[in-house]
Amino acid sequence: MKVYVPHDASSLSLGADEVAEAFKKNTAAGIVRNGSCGLYWLEPMIEIENGKDRLAYGPVTAEDVPSILKQGRAHPLCLGPIGEIKALKIQNRLTFARCGVIEALSIDDYKAQGGFKGLENARKCSPQEIVNAVKESGLRGRGGAAFPTGIKWQTVLDCKAGQKYIVCNADEGDSGTFADRMIMEGDPFSLIEGMMIAGLAVGATQGYIYLRSEYPNAYKIFRQAIEIAYKHGYLGDGFDLELRVGAGAYICGEETALLESLEGKRGVIRYKPPLPAIKGLFGQPTVVNNVITLATVPFILAKGAEAYQKCGAGKSRGTLTIQLAGNIKRPGLYELDFGIALKELLYDIGGGTATGRPVKTVQCGGPLGAYLHESQFDLPVTYEDFAGQKAMVGHGGIVVFDDTVNMAEQARYAMEFCAVESCGKCTPCRIGSVRGTEVIEKIIAGEKPEMHRKLLEDLCATMLDGSLCAMGGLTPYPVLSALKFWPEDFGLAPERKAA
Amino acid sequence: MSINKKKHSTDWDESVAEKILQEKKGVPGALLPILHALQEKFGYIAPEFVPTVAQALNLSRAEVHGVISFYHDYRQTPPGRQVIKICRAEACQSMAGRNLENHAKQKLDVEYHGTTPSGDYTLEPVYCLGNCACAPAMMVDDKLYGRVTPEKFDALLDKKGKAS
Repeated sequence: MKVYVPHDASSLSLGADEVAEAFKKNTAAGIVRNGSCGLYWLEPMIEIENGKDRLAYGPVTAEDVPSILKQGRAHPLCLGPIGEIKALKIQNRLTFARCGVIEALSIDDYKAQGGFKGLENARKCSPQEIVNAVKESGLRGRGGAAFPTGIKWQTVLDCKAGQKYIVCNADEGDSGTFADRMIMEGDPFSLIEGMMIAGLAVGATQGYIYLRSEYPNAYKIFRQAIEIAYKHGYLGDGFDLELRVGAGAYICGEETALLESLEGKRGVIRYKPPLPAIKGLFGQPTVVNNVITLATVPFILAKGAEAYQKCGAGKSRGTLTIQLAGNIKRPGLYELDFGIALKELLYDIGGGTATGRPVKTVQCGGPLGAYLHESQFDLPVTYEDFAGQKAMVGHGGIVVFDDTVNMAEQARYAMEFCAVESCGKCTPCRIGSVRGTEVIEKIIAGEKPEMHRKLLEDLCATMLDGSLCAMGGLTPYPVLSALKFWPEDFGLAPERKAA
Repeated sequence: MSINKKKHSTDWDESVAEKILQEKKGVPGALLPILHALQEKFGYIAPEFVPTVAQALNLSRAEVHGVISFYHDYRQTPPGRQVIKICRAEACQSMAGRNLENHAKQKLDVEYHGTTPSGDYTLEPVYCLGNCACAPAMMVDDKLYGRVTPEKFDALLDKKGKAS
C-alpha cells in the first residue's frame, strides 16, 4: 500500500504535512510526496494505492486519517479514482500530464511516465530541427507576452557567440497565478528537460532559473531535483543548471529586469533593442522563457509538433494552463485547449463564487490586466479575443470577485501596486503611479470628481504610451476598465456614450 | 534570505560575514547570492559591512546600497523573532484579505514593516504568495497558511505564543 500526500505549497498551507504525519503514525504504508492535481477545493487531497486501484480522498485533515484507513472506499471523503473526477476529466493535460500523478522527485517515476523522451528525440535532431519543431507547434510564451517561442529560439540559434544562456523566468508574481510553482513542486524534471532541450536547440551550455523568494517550498523541492538530475548524469554533461532566487521585486518578472537582477544589480529594466535574444545575460545571446513554456517543450519533442498544434483556436495553439483563483467555488489549475468561453470557466467549471454571491468582475492576466464586466463573459479565451477587448490572457490567471467588491478601491490599488513595484527608470510609471493613486483618492473623496476623472484618463494615456515596459504601460488597463464599467463605484455618473 | 530560514542569530559577526563573502564572490552575478546568504545567517545586512562587499566585488558603495534598498526582502536592521507576511494582492482581496490585513495590524498593534515592542513579530506586506486558490494567504517565516480568517490568525498566534 502507498499513500500519496501532496507536498505542494497550497496543500501544505492547508495541513498536508500534518496529514502525512498522521498516516505515518497509523499505518506502515509508504508515504509518497507528489505534486497537487490542482483541485484546490479538495486539498489536502490524498490518494491510497492498493493493488490495482488508486482512490482519492479530500479534503482530508489529520483527524480523518484513522477513519479513512478503516472505512476505505465507504468513507464519506472518498472521491473514487482520481481520473473519474469531472474537473480533471474535462482537461487536456499535456504540460501537466504528470503533475500530481508521480512522485515529484523520483526520476524513475518521471521516466516511466514518458519523461526524457523529448530529450532523447532532440538528441537525434539538428539544432535547426528542434527549433523547427517548436515553431511548428505554435507554442507562444506562456509568461504573458505570448511571443512565438520558436522565433525567439531561432534568433538565439542564429547568433554567433562563445557563450549562450537559457534563462527560465520563474518570477511568477501575478496574483491569481500558481502554475509555475505547481510544476516546479509537482513535476520538476519536466522543466529541467525543457531547459536541456532549449540548450541543445540554440547551443547554450548554461541555464539559470530565476525563482521568486516568495516560493520557499518550490525552492526546496527544485533544488533537490537539480541535485538528482546531476547525480543521474542528465545535468553536467554539456549543460549546467543553477537555481537563483529573487528578492521580492515584482518587476524582476520583466525579462530585462530579471537579467539585471541575475547579474547582481538592481532590477531596473533595460531599453530594447537590443533584444535579450541577441544581447542578454552578461551581454550574451539568451533565451528567456517562462516555466510553463519550457515545461511544455518536452511534450512537443516527444509527441511531435502536430500533436500540440492541433489543439487550440485561431492563432492561440495548444493548451493554456488556466488558474481559477480568488472568490470561486472550485479554484484550481485547469489545462484546457484555447478557445473555451470565460462564462463556461466561471460557472460550469468553477461553480460560481465561493461566497455564493453573484460574480461582479474577473481580473485576467494579473495585476496589470483589465477587470472584465459581465457583458464580456462570452469571450473565448484566446490571446487575440482578449486583446480585442483591451484585456489580457497573460499567464492564464483569473481572479474572481463577487458583488461586494468596490471597483474604485481596486483601481486605486492598481496604481498603488505600480508605485510600490515600479523600478523607477521611466517617468510615466515612477511618477504617474503615485499621481494616479492621489487622483483616484480625490475622486473617491468627491473632490471635483469630473475634473479629476479627465485628469486620470489623461494620465493613463501618458502611462500607456510613454512607459518603457509593461509595468507602467499596462497598469492603466485595470484602472480604465474599472472606470468605464463601474463609474458609480467612484461616485461618478455613467458616461453618456457608454449608455 | 527568507528561503530555508533557520533560527538566525542577530549578532553580526564580521569574521563569519567575511567568510560568506569570500565563498560566494566568485560566482557570476554574485551580489544577490551574497546578500541572501548574509541575511539568511544574520536576519539582516549590517550597513557597516557594505564597504567590504563593495570592495570585494569591485563596486561602489552606492551600487551595493542601491541593490539592498531596491529589493523588498533585504533588511538593514534585525527583524522580530518571526516575520509575518500578509498577502495584499487581488486574489486575497477577493476573499476578504483586507479584513485580515487590518485585523493583523490591530492584533499586533503595528503597521507594515513594524516590529512588536516585545520583538516577537515583524509584520510585512507581500504581493502574492502563489496560494491564490486558497486565499487569503499569509506566511510566517517560511510556513505558508491558506484560507486564513481573523479567527485562524488569532489561533495561530496563540499557539506560537504558547510554544515559545
